[in-house]
Amino acid sequence: MISTQFEYLRATSLDDAVAKLGAAKGEGKLIAGGHSLVPLMKLRLSEPKVLIDIARIPGLSGINAKDGVLEIGAGTVHHDVASSALLQQACPMLTEAAADIGDPQVRNRGTLGGSLAHADPAADYPAVMLALDADILITGPRGARTVKARDFFQGMFTVDLAADEIITAVQFKPIKTGAYAKLHQRASHFAIVGVAAAVAVENKVIQGARVGLTGASSHAVRLTEVEEALTGKQISADNIEAASRLAGNGVSDVNSDLHASDKYRRSMIPVFTKRALIRAVERGQK
Amino acid sequence: MPTTPVLPKLVGQRVKRREDPRLIQGRATYVDDIALIGMQHLAFKRSDVAHARITSIDTSAAAAMDGVEAVFTGAQIAKVLAPMPIGTPFPSPEHRAVAADIVRYSGEPVAVVVARDRYVARDAADAIVVSYDPLPAVVDVEQAMTGKPTVIHPDFPNNLAVALVPSGTGVSASGSVDDSAIDAAFAKAEVVVSQRMVNQRLAPNTMEPRGVVAHFEPGKGTMTIWSSTQNPHILRTFIAALTGLGQDQVRAIAPGVGGGFGAKINIYAEEYVTAAVSKQLGIPLKWVEDRSEAFVATTHGRDILGYVDIAAKRDGTVLGLKLRLIADIGAYNMLLTAAIPTLTMMMANATYNIPAIRATLTEVFTNKTPTDAYRGAGRPEATYFVERAMDMLARELKMDPAELRRKNFIKPNQFPFATQTGAVYDSGDYEKALDHALKTAQWDRLKAERDAARAEGRLVGLGLAMYVEVCGIGPSAALPTGGWEHSQVTVERDGRISATTGASPHGQGNETTFAQMLADQFGVPFEHITILHGDTGVVKQGIGTFGSRSQAVGGTALLMAGTKVKKKMAKFAAALFEAHEDDLVFENGMISVKGSPASAKPFASVAAYAYVPVPLPEGLEPGLSDEAFFEPTNNTYPFGCHISMLEIDRDTGEPTLLKLVAIDDAGNLINPLIVEGQIHGGLAQGIGQAMIEEVVYGEDGQLLTGSYMDYALPRATDFPRFELDATVTPTPVNPLGAKGVGEAGTLGSTPCIVNAAVDALGEFGVKHIDMMLRPEKLWRIIQGGRS
Repeated sequence: MISTQFEYLRATSLDDAVAKLGAAKGEGKLIAGGHSLVPLMKLRLSEPKVLIDIARIPGLSGINAKDGVLEIGAGTVHHDVASSALLQQACPMLTEAAADIGDPQVRNRGTLGGSLAHADPAADYPAVMLALDADILITGPRGARTVKARDFFQGMFTVDLAADEIITAVQFKPIKTGAYAKLHQRASHFAIVGVAAAVAVENKVIQGARVGLTGASSHAVRLTEVEEALTGKQISADNIEAASRLAGNGVSDVNSDLHASDKYRRSMIPVFTKRALIRAVERGQK
Repeated sequence: MPTTPVLPKLVGQRVKRREDPRLIQGRATYVDDIALIGMQHLAFKRSDVAHARITSIDTSAAAAMDGVEAVFTGAQIAKVLAPMPIGTPFPSPEHRAVAADIVRYSGEPVAVVVARDRYVARDAADAIVVSYDPLPAVVDVEQAMTGKPTVIHPDFPNNLAVALVPSGTGVSASGSVDDSAIDAAFAKAEVVVSQRMVNQRLAPNTMEPRGVVAHFEPGKGTMTIWSSTQNPHILRTFIAALTGLGQDQVRAIAPGVGGGFGAKINIYAEEYVTAAVSKQLGIPLKWVEDRSEAFVATTHGRDILGYVDIAAKRDGTVLGLKLRLIADIGAYNMLLTAAIPTLTMMMANATYNIPAIRATLTEVFTNKTPTDAYRGAGRPEATYFVERAMDMLARELKMDPAELRRKNFIKPNQFPFATQTGAVYDSGDYEKALDHALKTAQWDRLKAERDAARAEGRLVGLGLAMYVEVCGIGPSAALPTGGWEHSQVTVERDGRISATTGASPHGQGNETTFAQMLADQFGVPFEHITILHGDTGVVKQGIGTFGSRSQAVGGTALLMAGTKVKKKMAKFAAALFEAHEDDLVFENGMISVKGSPASAKPFASVAAYAYVPVPLPEGLEPGLSDEAFFEPTNNTYPFGCHISMLEIDRDTGEPTLLKLVAIDDAGNLINPLIVEGQIHGGLAQGIGQAMIEEVVYGEDGQLLTGSYMDYALPRATDFPRFELDATVTPTPVNPLGAKGVGEAGTLGSTPCIVNAAVDALGEFGVKHIDMMLRPEKLWRIIQGGRS
């Protein structure tokens, strides 16, 4: 990497990281896996003066369950999410999304917190966080706070996170009846369209649904039109089909690029919504 | 009596590559591993616009930076470096290594920095301010041919680098053209199929990007240049010429080379500039390409447009073929640029008896990175155009694609076969390869499987393609550099063997195959043999590795040199044994008199005697070392048949390759394991072209696929398990009977996959789909758009 010159610091604790980030006065960047930041530094699109390495802060990574709530440390790499037996059992939507990120090198280095903070419009995790209605735990010089995923993602590469704050973990109630379906961009393996669908089913009736969409527009969004159409409906192919057909109706700023036109992308939103929903519902029937 | 251990014969065996442990363990030495005392680093400032006049270059901030040794603009480089030469006999515009007045593609060098380290060099390059007066850019090849909106080189009207060269039936050596045969063929045709096809631009993507270290030693007046190149001897020739040195004063070294794929044949601006600046400053210099640079600064491949017309009778007899080729060569001619599409023209005859062929070639400048060789280099394009056309004809005639091909094959008794387009095929049995492929793939069963899948509503298709390619490139009439190869074999004083080859490998495994050959020839252990290559200070002469020639041409030179040395060693042994030199047996590390195994002496003891020859046999010089040049009488023409099965997702258009069967005939195989590895690599790149690879430019000439975020390379998970087998039709062109196999995989795979895709979408009435198989493109066909 032929980046511009930077100072490298290793944080030994969260407090230390917050202090170092503050001391960098807006010229610092956190680095954990580096899989979003380093490519930008390599192209000199990002030129931080200070890099603060948080990869070795004790307790920042790991997957823990407590009182029916799961917590994943921000420093947890994608591979550890994908291969967690606990998550595979309790929240397969999340593990299948993690297993589908990039390639093995990316999954062995890239972290959950890094992906959320970077908020690439085509990243996989944001859709899943929306479908889980996850809490994003943040700390900074003004103390700790929690933001709902639906409030966190605000725009292209834009999230509710100040320059001096650090994501420490995400928390959510695991949902077994969820699934993630994705159309791969064949070079980067980011999502052209990625849909995370979680449903609550009782007596073959959908009590509620949360559907997150990534890749299609500037940032991940909830497909509320689909969620509303499903709620209170019997599980049936027709009902899923009808709800999926609405998917994307509320999305106005559909992306168009070399890999997929806006027309194609928009047409793929219902396709992958339906695929995610079918798999989510099937998981409830097993 | 103790039994002598028997050394197995190794030629034809699946010997594991001796190169691999060091490559896998990170113990190979590449250019970037070379470090010299006092070495400084180069960085190139590159144009960020596709076509513009340079109005000013301000290097003052860069020159003032701490650690910057020197900064050169294009005008300053022009004072110490002549324009870059090309290796083809076509007219070519002046091409400066560093642009001095006009830039003609995004990425073209405009200035050079020499600095303490790579980081400072890059910082300084970024600090150079270049002002441009923009000129219109042209990226569409057919638009470029109109001369609008711009003419890139003033002496080449309508941007024509090569204007309409004809070939085929009725074209004489002097260039006169008689169209009567081709016109008659089309006049009496019952069916004519016509199609415009794009063989799209690709980026070669070697795992190791390019790199150069140049070290001019003022005290000695000599230059040593390390480069990631496929042909150090050719590099030496050109570096010497452009730096004003003699070839005796330049030593070129290709250390470990992490892939070339044809793109490292060319001698690049960065090689010339690094050498010239090292000579100018008298210090060693290094330049290593980064990946972003590689996408714009290393030559691209393919990018040939073909207008194909094929004429036939209703019974499937092909009567004539027209192939109008338009090659988009980018902004400049590089070493072999202009010659690559001529190979497409040359191979238009494919595997068929085609009574009349008219091929024409036009080469066109555009504001893009120049093209040059890329694995297959012109032959995959020919194969693609003809095999797609044959498939379209089969669909039109509702014939089985295999049977249409069978009906038109050149027959085994027609070899050597002089084609309508100037090649003489050495040997072949195309029907045998077809039959073997049909049997291996279980063609009829596959058809039933496809039909059953269709009955379920799935979009499944089958594709088949034949290919013939030109390999083992030689003789000298075929190559301006000379079409031979060289080797020197030395039996050392301890009985071990060193052998050099001018066919500088970069992934072909010649350290293994050549040692296999010598082990058999001398009856010594494989482990006692070292193959030396890639250093003109060690390897006296050579051409290089490209055109699948290293085994066929380089291997034969090795065999010939070995034969000479063995003959001399036999004379020394004859003196020791007081026997006749023709009666000696070399086996199991021993030399004995035929029929008298008890007489055996260790091979090493005879070697030792040859170096301290007391007494010296009459008529012999001491030592055991000799060399050979081998010049083949012809190229070789390997061939084969590939079959694929492909499914397209009806909802998304995503294609999945379900099956790929490749039957390749490369003549005799020295090491089938290495051959399979070569075919795997070729298939990966052929499948990549068919399915996911494509260089894309914006209308302004900006490269849109300049990183792996946007340029897709296939991954292992994109492939089914390849099903490989071989037929063996030796070549008479060399004593090994080996034809070459490095590029074969790129030829058959590409059309056979597109044929399968068209078959899969047959219900939508589609006749042709241009590569690559972008899901949206397929989805639009499914949605009712036609291609």
